[in-house]
Amino acid sequence: MPANLFPTGVEYFRILPEMILTIAGVLVMFMEAVFTNDDQRKIFGPFSIVALLAALVASISAAGDPGAAFSNMLIIDGFASFFRVLVIGIGVIAILSSTEYLRREKSFGGEYYALIIFSIVGQCVMVTANELIMIFIGLEISSIASYVLAGYLRDDPRNNESALKYFLLGSFATAFLLYGVAWIYGLTGSTNLDHIRSALQTSTPPLALAGAAAALMFVGFGFKISAAPFQIWAPDVYQGAPAPVSGFLSVGPKAAAFAILLRVFMTAFGPIAARWEPIVWACALATMIVGNFAALQQSNIKRMLAYSSIAHAGYVLVAVTAHSSIGSAAAMFYLAAYAFTNLGAFAVVTYLSRRGERYVAIEDFAGLSQRQPAMAAMLTIFLLSLVGVPLTAGFFGKFYIFKAALDANLFWLTVLGLLNSAIAAYYYLRILVVMYFKDPGDSLDTLDAPGIGLKIAVYASALGTLLLGIFPGWVLDIATRAALK
Amino acid sequence: MTLLDAVLFLPLIGFLLLLLIPKSNPGLSRMAALVISLVIFVISLGLASGLSPDGYAFVHDSEWITSPPIRYHVGLDGLSLWLVILTTLLTPISVLASWKHIDHRVKEFFAFLILLEFGLIGVFVSLDLFLFYVFWEVGLVPMYFLIGIWGHDRRIYAAVKFFIYTFTGSVLMLAAIIFLYTRAGTFDYTQIVAQLQSGRLAFSSQVEMILFLAFFIAFAIKVPLFPLHTWLPDAHVEAPTAGSIMLASVMLKMGTYGLVRFCLPLFPNAAHKSAPWVIALAVIGIIYGALVALVQPNMKKLVAYSSVSHLGFVVLGIFSFTQQGLDGAVYQMLNHGISTGALFLLVGYLYERRHSLEISAYGGVATPAPNLAIVFLIATLASVGLPMLNNFVGEYLVLQGASFSSFTATVFAAVGVILSACYMLWLYQRTFYGKPSESLSHHMPDLSGREWAAILPLLLLMLWMGTYTQTFLPSISAENTRILDMSKQRPAGSEVANAR
Repeated sequence: MPANLFPTGVEYFRILPEMILTIAGVLVMFMEAVFTNDDQRKIFGPFSIVALLAALVASISAAGDPGAAFSNMLIIDGFASFFRVLVIGIGVIAILSSTEYLRREKSFGGEYYALIIFSIVGQCVMVTANELIMIFIGLEISSIASYVLAGYLRDDPRNNESALKYFLLGSFATAFLLYGVAWIYGLTGSTNLDHIRSALQTSTPPLALAGAAAALMFVGFGFKISAAPFQIWAPDVYQGAPAPVSGFLSVGPKAAAFAILLRVFMTAFGPIAARWEPIVWACALATMIVGNFAALQQSNIKRMLAYSSIAHAGYVLVAVTAHSSIGSAAAMFYLAAYAFTNLGAFAVVTYLSRRGERYVAIEDFAGLSQRQPAMAAMLTIFLLSLVGVPLTAGFFGKFYIFKAALDANLFWLTVLGLLNSAIAAYYYLRILVVMYFKDPGDSLDTLDAPGIGLKIAVYASALGTLLLGIFPGWVLDIATRAALK
Repeated sequence: MTLLDAVLFLPLIGFLLLLLIPKSNPGLSRMAALVISLVIFVISLGLASGLSPDGYAFVHDSEWITSPPIRYHVGLDGLSLWLVILTTLLTPISVLASWKHIDHRVKEFFAFLILLEFGLIGVFVSLDLFLFYVFWEVGLVPMYFLIGIWGHDRRIYAAVKFFIYTFTGSVLMLAAIIFLYTRAGTFDYTQIVAQLQSGRLAFSSQVEMILFLAFFIAFAIKVPLFPLHTWLPDAHVEAPTAGSIMLASVMLKMGTYGLVRFCLPLFPNAAHKSAPWVIALAVIGIIYGALVALVQPNMKKLVAYSSVSHLGFVVLGIFSFTQQGLDGAVYQMLNHGISTGALFLLVGYLYERRHSLEISAYGGVATPAPNLAIVFLIATLASVGLPMLNNFVGEYLVLQGASFSSFTATVFAAVGVILSACYMLWLYQRTFYGKPSESLSHHMPDLSGREWAAILPLLLLMLWMGTYTQTFLPSISAENTRILDMSKQRPAGSEVANAR
């Protein structure tokens, strides 16, 4: 029985971001019911952004006073704060790039914003959780909101397919995770990560059983981060979901899932690292290879970006394989870099796809550089960052990851991973080829100038991508200090 | 802020300025690009006077990223000085070469050209391995666009092939750079060399060979060394004139420069051990490139294959590990930049007149355009290696140096010199002599003022470098002595004791 049943004020302060967001989400749903005409409903977007910014401020100030909350169920350390700021920031950019999309699709509903906010709440819970049950709860909050978001335009069959696949496979994978949690509880008598760690260190429960529990949980996490061989859902879901939602799914839930993967495997399963390292090693390599080689074949830009996001999960898994403090910092930096880059890329795709997402083939980008040179230039920055060209965020992300891998003596994984990134260059270049080297087709005639929200989203992402690429120090310093030991 | 910083960053500022010029005013973009590149060239000449007799001049060493310690560390020595000036000289020439030839998306073209200059200068002056890698890649992107947007029919294939080849090589180099860092604790070139020389850092022969190969392959692709040369003919043929000039004259030198600057001093044992193989590949490249050039029906492809052959000499000289060989190799880098740059420029002139690169489309050009014919002849003879012109000096030194280390290789390489006379003179004969066809004389005006302005500096340099080597060789030699000194074989270490 915990000593004090009622949380203290500072504990509330530590979960203030989640509280702000939950209230904001509920308010949006409430306003949705009250506001009847579309003009009033325009408030949802700005309102959500204000709420997210407030939560951002709250999580930054909470970072100044780290500690546990709610009888050690949540822990607000540097690592958690880093990811909390990251996912909330992702939410801001995602909403900025969504407003125009929703207007275009004549879907003014407030529930879209509420769902994004709830999904972020779930992710915040995930990254601050210090306990397997909390992780599960956070994961469910985040996932269920994501399932609905993937099928948000319910009249569109593609959305339906996407949501159904995501839901069925996702719940299946969550069941694995839960089963793993049950095993661990049976073995160690605790769901607290630190207790599990000390139990595995001292009393040595049967290693095979602990390993099996870790494997079961890895299946659950592997699904969320779309690691091979659990990546099958990702292309279908990202292709079918509304473009801004795909962008959000490819960075937000993924970053949070990586955060808990790192935390669980480095904290709780740290003592048996030698056991899981080879599995994650193989998984990282397979993920990079599957993602990159499949992306080579794609003609649909959303699907291509989906495979590319699988490949990028593979790079982050390289950092997980290193399971060191440097590796953890590298993964954190990479996820931040990837968030800016991919959100930006999906924002441009959102802009170009136009009403009903009719233009999502790579060929539809032909001659973009001549019609919308600014947007083409921004997409170029994002693509170069995905390739990993210096002076972009993606380059330093890869650099830190492979440096961590070499520090951990993972020579082969480094070489194979870097060669993978050379293969990846090919399919990103194809988009550049189409944008710059081909003449514009007729389809671009119907392209209007981008709206203000989308513009801000794209430019902010590009700025982030370049800043992290030219002055990576400031984020890396934060990540290094906050990294899991 | 040193003069070198100014020369390095002016192109970047110029690039940003060019972006600000409105798209609707192509004339202004052209003029701005010319003025910017000329200003950079004039300022870069000032670098020649400030060379320090021992070590690097114009050193600027300040922190860029704290952890890992990546520094903005640049400096200039006799090896990089002339390559920097070559870059700054050829950029305005490329601008002039594109004056009329580039008529669509003019502003973007010149912006990319100036950005390319930034990357290239950066490669030659970086003294931090990481910074070097950054510039190495930065140069890649503008060249990719130059080929891909303004190239000929198969430009997309050529541009992608160019990018993928170079990128694949460079990621291996990146792995080796990171590995070096994990052992040495620094990316700083001078510090790593000092650690290696003092024995604080040493590699087992196996590790050293792997690291050497990782660097070597990246550079060999860029040189390009047989059998990694296949991207080059495609890139050259499809690139616009300015792209070919910058590619052949400067970009290929990134590879040979890297061999001299990094492969030799950092991994001397592996370099010595692999020298026979590298020399064999270089000699194969010399003869193979020449033979393939001989049968090309396309002028640009002919000049491109001649580059494979000429660059073989450079590699041969480098891996002879002799003072003469290395001096000749570096001199030949500059020579090749000037004479092949001139040839691509002149082929571009012909193309602007007839819109064909096929040799068979020409013949008797000397009659309507005598000045063009004379200029082309001088460039041809320079490329062939006629005494008094620049290439002769470099080739002679390379062959002499190589003869000390491998006489057989020298004999075969000398055959390449003969072959180069065959294909170049035959090209000249088929293009400029014979009876001009009726249609030809209508479209074959002689050199214009702008064309003279672009080619004249190169012709003068061919003569200057062929007759008065004192301007260039002493500073090159001094640096090469240092590099050879650093490249002496060292006792192989066991795995490093050094802290990570």
